Amino acid sequence: MSTLVTALYLLCAVPSAPPLIKLDQLEQRIAGGADTTYVVNFWATWCKPCVKELGAFDKLGRREFDRPVKVLLVSLDEPRQIDKVEQFYTKRGYTAELVLLDEDKPHLWIDRVSKEWGGSIPATLVVNNNGKLREFFEQEFSYEQLETTITTFLARLP
Amino acid sequence: MSPLPILAFVILVLGSLQTIAQYTSALPEGVTIGSKAPDFRLMNVDSQMVSLASYRGAKGIIMVFTCNSCPFAQAYEKRIKELHAKYASAGWPVLAINPNDPAVEPEDSFEHMQQRAKDSAYTFAYVADGNQTVAKAYGARRTPHVFLLRSTKTGFVVEYIGAIDDNPRDETAVEARFVEDAIAALEKGNVPEVSTTKAIGCGIKWREN
Repeated sequence: MSTLVTALYLLCAVPSAPPLIKLDQLEQRIAGGADTTYVVNFWATWCKPCVKELGAFDKLGRREFDRPVKVLLVSLDEPRQIDKVEQFYTKRGYTAELVLLDEDKPHLWIDRVSKEWGGSIPATLVVNNNGKLREFFEQEFSYEQLETTITTFLARLP
Repeated sequence: MSPLPILAFVILVLGSLQTIAQYTSALPEGVTIGSKAPDFRLMNVDSQMVSLASYRGAKGIIMVFTCNSCPFAQAYEKRIKELHAKYASAGWPVLAINPNDPAVEPEDSFEHMQQRAKDSAYTFAYVADGNQTVAKAYGARRTPHVFLLRSTKTGFVVEYIGAIDDNPRDETAVEARFVEDAIAALEKGNVPEVSTTKAIGCGIKWREN
């Protein structure tokens, strides 16, 4: 029950400051997403190529697809820099949902996101729980590449 | 569907497939545990060339792909210096290799490397992998990325690949020192208990074609 409440809270909440979340919560969120395709981008304010492509993800989040798509931006900045992350984000006027991953010990959680992940960012997970589809990209995206990737992914869903 | 739209559709699909293939072209896998260490010849910040032969007599080499510009590399700079201070005299010197293309990241130019080595008083080699062949030969992906090499009668072999320790963010909260643990195991003639780890880091700045 408490899991359900947490999941509902995470689904409904639109907080002003990015919430700190654990990987467990992120996994629950994706698992509870039913037919929603999550586009989860791992980034950080210190990562230049991440910052460069962030606008493309924000734009994707505002695009209408024929199936539900949710863009989730997961900052890997340090939790104590949460204010800096928020400032950075709001200054650019982005509207996609932003969270900050509160996990130490990357060697323990990287593989949980994807065995394919070598550990560098930017990295993007595209996942649909009901369709049992999961793709991982350790690369940069232009908006056009991103749109093509998501369109192709959605077309593969049952 | 008449033939023309079908053909157009096929071209469209093939076109999009090609686009995907272009940007997912995989980097070489590189070495694995037990691989013979590929040799190299790279310029150190003192303008001397460094190769595996430069480490004749060493028990091993703590090879770290690192750079000036990456905040994670910066977070680990002190720990890399400490590794050299602690292990060089025991036969395990640090070799720092900068794999980033300075055209993509000017802060990682050879001149900036020389400046950093001077400012931070590096006592280990800090070499430039200008054409990125060494990073590709080893399969380095990010900075920092460690390849621990052990000397054998037939050359150096790869014994550990991964992170320096388990906490990039907070040195005081480190619980597992992967490189130190691996060296300790090798010193005893054992295989490192943990031989590969992953870590968050800055992706290597590959040359743009």
